[in-house]
Amino acid sequence: MNRFEYVRPATIAEAVAAAGAPGAAYLGAGTNLVDLMKLGVLRPQRLVDVRRIAGLDRIEALADGGMRIGAAVRNADLAQDADFAGRFPAVAEALLAGASAQIRNAATVGGNLMQRTRCAYFHDLASACNKRAPGSGCAARGGETRQHAVLGWSAHCIATHPSDFCVPLAALDAVVEIAGSGGMREAPLAEFHCLPGDQPARESMLAPGELIVALRLPAAAAGFAAHARYLKLRERTSFAFAVVSAAAALRLADGRVTEARIALGGVAARPWRARAAEALLAGAAADDAAFRRAADAALTEARPSGDNAAKIELARRIVRRALLLAASGTPARRPALPASPFAAPEDGDAAHV
Amino acid sequence: MSDLPLTRAPAHLRQGSSIGQPVTRHDGPLKVTGAARYAADHHPAGMLHAALAVSSIARGRVSFLDLPAALAHPGVVAVMTPANRPALAEDPDAKTHPFMFRMDVLQNDRVRYANQPIAVVIAESLEAATEGAALLAPRYEAEAAQADLAAAEVFTPPAVGPGHPAAMAHGDTAAGLAAAARRISVTYETPAQYHNAMEPHAIVAAWDGDRLAIDTPTQGLAMLRGRLAGLFGLPAENIRIRSPFLGGGFGSKGLASGPLVLGILAARLVGRPVKLVLRREQMFGPVGHRAPTRQTLELGTDADGALTALRHHTLTATSAFDDFIEPASNASHALYASPAIATSHAAVRLDTGTPMFMRAPGEAPGSIALESAMDEMAEVCGMDPLEFRLKNYAETEPMSGKPFSSKALRECYAQGAARFGWAGRPRAPRQMRDAAGLLVGWGMGTAIFPALMFQGEARATIRRDGSGMVEIAASDMGQGAWTALAQIAADSLGLDPARLDFRSGSSDLPDGGIAGGSAHTATAGAAIHAAGAETIARLAALATADGRSPLYGAGNAGVIARDGRLFRRDDENRSESYADILARAGLAEIAGAGSGAMEPAAQAGYAMHAHGAVFAEVKVDPALGQIRATRLVGAFAAGRIINPRLVRSQYYGGMIWGVSFALHERAVLDKRSGRVINANLADYHVPVNADIPALEAMLVEEHDPHVNALGIKGVGEIAITGSAGAVANAVWHATGYRPRHFPITPDHLLGAPG
Repeated sequence: MNRFEYVRPATIAEAVAAAGAPGAAYLGAGTNLVDLMKLGVLRPQRLVDVRRIAGLDRIEALADGGMRIGAAVRNADLAQDADFAGRFPAVAEALLAGASAQIRNAATVGGNLMQRTRCAYFHDLASACNKRAPGSGCAARGGETRQHAVLGWSAHCIATHPSDFCVPLAALDAVVEIAGSGGMREAPLAEFHCLPGDQPARESMLAPGELIVALRLPAAAAGFAAHARYLKLRERTSFAFAVVSAAAALRLADGRVTEARIALGGVAARPWRARAAEALLAGAAADDAAFRRAADAALTEARPSGDNAAKIELARRIVRRALLLAASGTPARRPALPASPFAAPEDGDAAHV
Repeated sequence: MSDLPLTRAPAHLRQGSSIGQPVTRHDGPLKVTGAARYAADHHPAGMLHAALAVSSIARGRVSFLDLPAALAHPGVVAVMTPANRPALAEDPDAKTHPFMFRMDVLQNDRVRYANQPIAVVIAESLEAATEGAALLAPRYEAEAAQADLAAAEVFTPPAVGPGHPAAMAHGDTAAGLAAAARRISVTYETPAQYHNAMEPHAIVAAWDGDRLAIDTPTQGLAMLRGRLAGLFGLPAENIRIRSPFLGGGFGSKGLASGPLVLGILAARLVGRPVKLVLRREQMFGPVGHRAPTRQTLELGTDADGALTALRHHTLTATSAFDDFIEPASNASHALYASPAIATSHAAVRLDTGTPMFMRAPGEAPGSIALESAMDEMAEVCGMDPLEFRLKNYAETEPMSGKPFSSKALRECYAQGAARFGWAGRPRAPRQMRDAAGLLVGWGMGTAIFPALMFQGEARATIRRDGSGMVEIAASDMGQGAWTALAQIAADSLGLDPARLDFRSGSSDLPDGGIAGGSAHTATAGAAIHAAGAETIARLAALATADGRSPLYGAGNAGVIARDGRLFRRDDENRSESYADILARAGLAEIAGAGSGAMEPAAQAGYAMHAHGAVFAEVKVDPALGQIRATRLVGAFAAGRIINPRLVRSQYYGGMIWGVSFALHERAVLDKRSGRVINANLADYHVPVNADIPALEAMLVEEHDPHVNALGIKGVGEIAITGSAGAVANAVWHATGYRPRHFPITPDHLLGAPG
């Protein structure tokens, strides 16, 4: 690890000023950044620790029925916040499906949005990677691609965004509040992460020095609380990134879908909002046939980026299942294995894995 | 005095209550409080930190290292390269016996696998050393690497495992297959796996003139000391190795490795103590792995389901520069009766580190293939898998024809099946679902592992105060060896364990043999047992020849040692304490030595194996293909059980490894570069607790009068065998999909009817 400067600003303005310098990086819990520094993948000259900034660790209920979550709120705290989990159960479920208890106890909301891809070639300094070293090429193409993108990828990059948390956030129209030297601005989470195109090094809408200060879930998102699920397919029961995942949220009336929200994880460089599938479901009967059509629609544009065609079919199946689970209702008690196909609601609510 | 009758008396005559007790680990409190000092916890005065620079190519040579940049980094003291590496007395590429492997210790600029050490940076801090290594920015002349088991040139190895024949046969398999009423020919693939002990390989080395003191976790103190003595041209007694605790070894800490030698060389170079700890990703290369296999099994049966022939062929890989051939086919030697059995091996050379012994080497991949094939054959025969195995139960060892020294496998089958509830299992797949609609499948497999022994020595002492001391350079890999061996030691001296000082884990003690091959308790235990017997015999000789002793004239055969006293066997009212005997004789202590090794006559006359039966339940999401092993029951018979708590723990560990083998573990090799791309514990999966919801290990009674004086077989590896196949077979039973590529992942099940 190289020598670097460590600063701990007390205010957002100080933080933004400190991070304006070239080579600066914001530090949350460091559960991803520090790992990458140890590998030499990232070599920041200055770490700007934002965990002590007053107000960034608050979970606030807004007057309009939405909620605002400070960027330094820890994943575990947010998932266990009864008010939050009651209004946005799929988000809480996704939080608890990520990483391990130890990591969730440290990791922050803002850091989760900013976590880097798990692409092995990004992590490997000896491999070409247009994300890490623009213009060097993409070693993932033609390599080991079981986990790589099937949607939104380009010839320059086939990496995926690994977050679970962001998937229901994208589905529920979460908004990212961003501070910069010019003041505050907002961005929809579903568009916050960039698709690779020919500039895969640009991963988010943040300009250099900009800081995520909060996430906001709009009041409308709470309208799905009765029928909202996150489902994650993984190669071990816990502490594994998604092969594919899906968030599904429905508003139902008289057996019909009045509004649907669908997003997929593990398939693209951003949490993938499936608007065409949502449109297909609006007004449709809330039944398996409709969910199957929606799942097909969600993956219409998918194509393998390597030896990963199976992900497309798995993604289809997980969207359909997530919709079925959402239609059958958010469980009264959180499943013992959040987001797992093995989580029968009667298993209880010990989210210990 | 070693021929005194007492030493030949049945073991129980000197046993108190220690053997057989579920004693908790002596080292447990030390470990849970963090007080246990592992190798890397040592910081001798003046110690420097070393970091390896490793190759990012798999074949070629190093053409450039930016030494000035590394040396200019604050805190960097030295960079060791082939140009300045201190000399060795022995060529690290020399190979004079089957347990000697070539190592990379900067002998030249060649690169023969990815993650090979190419330089060592030594610095005042770990951070400085690590950054110094990064600043070396190596350049290479790269050559095309061969990393594909399917594409490389195949050869027939001269030997497999530690010197076993590459091919063996009995009977005429061609005729057996030709005459078979039913036959199958199936191929299974298993991936490369890495040991990934929780504690990385580590060394703290300190030179004092021509004396060397090192702290390093090792499974074989004496063997390591001998290897280092050869490499450094030192008398073995000049080297002191301390290895009280290992955070797992699994075979990768069995033999000297290159990084360990580099740590010693680095200390030599700078003239100060040096610590070198491998990073996790650096464990994927220079410290061994389990090679990938492609195994083809051909089985034939008669109309009644009796095997007529069994062929087991393995294609595996070794490195480009050394030979370790995973002896997977040999898993078929001793388990199922067949009039004709043929096993064979072929190999390719890949540009990887040399594969190495990894927990159940050969047996683990061989077992999952054999147990899968037996399940497939049972299906073809229309038989229940357990019924089919009982039909082909081996009453004598199939290849050798020898009788078994003991074999309680029928009892394992019966007890395991009863506990699991195997009866009533539908024969066809896809018949069972749980309340949530998940597919449920039940599978089983047979476990077998040879009862091996190496050579070990021990010394036992009774002190003036009546307390005892037993000394042996044994290794505790975390499995509780110290505790179990101390139980044997206490009984060997007829002492309460609290009165026993058990010393182990240091190379200046008598060689306890290597902790491998599931043979440590048997080998070290037999040595301790013999040493204790010798000591007691000497003590008894003193007492019975001394007219002032109440035991005078009793004769050695007439004395029993118990609770710190010798008793006349025919009159237990006559006894004398150890302390009194020694006091009267004017001795400060009395000591004896003993050794443990396989009895050649017993080995010649009997086949010796531990056995077991494993039953597994899996649940599978029918659409998503996510698999979970929801229940495992294993029943194992492994001779005398010294400590049932620790043995159960070993079985649990083995069964979890079996689940891991079937469902999780895989090193992903990029065939273009020859690099393992998931060289970290986030991407190289082993099971988490949530993957193992219910596990039960049953200890099946077995008395073995031949295997060794204590009747001990091994328990360290057997439970992987059987378990991996049981899980795979349960996946078939749940889904109708027959797994032939491991690990089984959700995408494999996409084709199964949904």
